[in-house]
Amino acid sequence: MARSRRLAAGALASAGARMLAPAGARVLARRRARRAGADPRPGRWQVVTVAAPPEQVLPAGRWPEPLRRLDGAVEVWARPAPGGRGTELAVRPLGGECALPGFAAHLVGDDPGRFLRQVLRQTKQLLETGEVLLADRSPLDRPGAAP
Amino acid sequence: MRALCWAGAGLVEVRRVPDPELRNAQDMIVRVRRSTTCGADLPLLAGRVPEASAGEVLGREFLGDVVEVGPEVRRHRVADRVVVGAAVACGACWFCRQAMPACCDNGTGGVAAEPQWGQPPAGGYGRPARLGGFAGGHAEYVRVPYADVGAFAVPESVSDERAVFAAGAAPAGWYGAELGEVAPGDVVAVWGAGAVGQLTADAAVARGADRVVVVDDRDDRLRMVTGHDGVEALNHRYVDVLAELRERSGGRGPDVCVDASGVTAAGPGRWPAVEPDGGAALREAVHACRKGGVVVVLDARPGFVDRFPLGAFADKGLAVRAARRRGGAAIPALLERMARDELVTEHLATHRMPLERGAEGYALFRDRADGCVRVVFTP
Ligand SMILES: [Zn+2]
Repeated sequence: MARSRRLAAGALASAGARMLAPAGARVLARRRARRAGADPRPGRWQVVTVAAPPEQVLPAGRWPEPLRRLDGAVEVWARPAPGGRGTELAVRPLGGECALPGFAAHLVGDDPGRFLRQVLRQTKQLLETGEVLLADRSPLDRPGAAP
Repeated sequence: MRALCWAGAGLVEVRRVPDPELRNAQDMIVRVRRSTTCGADLPLLAGRVPEASAGEVLGREFLGDVVEVGPEVRRHRVADRVVVGAAVACGACWFCRQAMPACCDNGTGGVAAEPQWGQPPAGGYGRPARLGGFAGGHAEYVRVPYADVGAFAVPESVSDERAVFAAGAAPAGWYGAELGEVAPGDVVAVWGAGAVGQLTADAAVARGADRVVVVDDRDDRLRMVTGHDGVEALNHRYVDVLAELRERSGGRGPDVCVDASGVTAAGPGRWPAVEPDGGAALREAVHACRKGGVVVVLDARPGFVDRFPLGAFADKGLAVRAARRRGGAAIPALLERMARDELVTEHLATHRMPLERGAEGYALFRDRADGCVRVVFTP
């Protein structure tokens, strides 16, 4: 429980970013209970470390883009990363493992873990580099481009 | 434009594809002057990279002239001659700030397939788009993301044929010697006498190694090696490598052993590819290395190898380090070295061809035929 208290203490106190100590504790409790070989759960927290201080990642508690578009579908927590590595930013579907209702399910898709990791990566890219790095467009996406 | 494309297992061909376009504000477009083959292409060519799609443009290492810059590019202008580091890296993430651009968190584009181990590698040119890669440099033009981070102006006195090796091969060799912490008085053994192995040997000499021994099975490549001061060659087809290395290191074993043997061209095989002989150099390096020494594995290694000598590794207290392309930070210093003629690389371009002969060039490179070390293409 000492660790979950630390998580709570490290969490940024702000209304916009829902940093929930009880949620952190639930994660840890679940990890202890998990049997070897058990499937990863779709509702687990997805986490990235952003190389920027918390006040830049969540200015005035506001979620960064494109994470902000998922408001209402996910919950978020953040804390300073150890060793000056920036900010740990975590997200999971609202309601944990429960199936998501209606619009939330539409936003998150049928592989919430993979989808949320992608959103976190884009959020991190935007914060660290100022842009989301786009792939080359394939010829099929460029009907006007002469080959 | 014309570009050398992957066309299915064992097939490459020059096709007409759309010109690249600026996609991000930090992008620029380069008109390619030279590009070179790379051993990391071989699994792709053999059809052992299931993420590859036919029509994707190959080419990891290239240099050229800037023809268009995005609004956020500060360090380059149109008409600059630049060499582009083989790793696409952002320059801003924790790994980039720790001078590990090949580990960049932000170097892949689009929605890339996630590696099994969940940590994205840096992006790269001529890598499949499904792995987050970008179109390669075996083309007339190429898009360069994070242009300020990944591209470097080439000093006027350095030829294209020399500078193209500053894209990937020379940084890899230099980084290998750095990871091995090669110090004055060291004995260094390098497996593989390809471009990266030869440049690792050069780097070890430059760092003051007392003796550098390169191991390979190709006499033509080994002859190139022994032309360099302080570098010796061993052909493992004719000699007992472990006994020779013991003898040449006062019975201690080399202080640093670098596996630059690359990937084999064997295939097409199943995925994940277990290379039956792929770990031979690594095994020998672990057995040869002195107690407490460092074994360095260079370059991308797809798949698995078996029979890793865990007992010798543990008993001897070895460190094993690995590196994909270093690129980035090392390149300006290497270009300066090239300008002073302290780093000479053009002899590694054993074959020079127009891009139209790309398929023939890759066949030579794959088979190491006709003394081929690297083929340099001009589009
Ligand atoms: Zn980076």
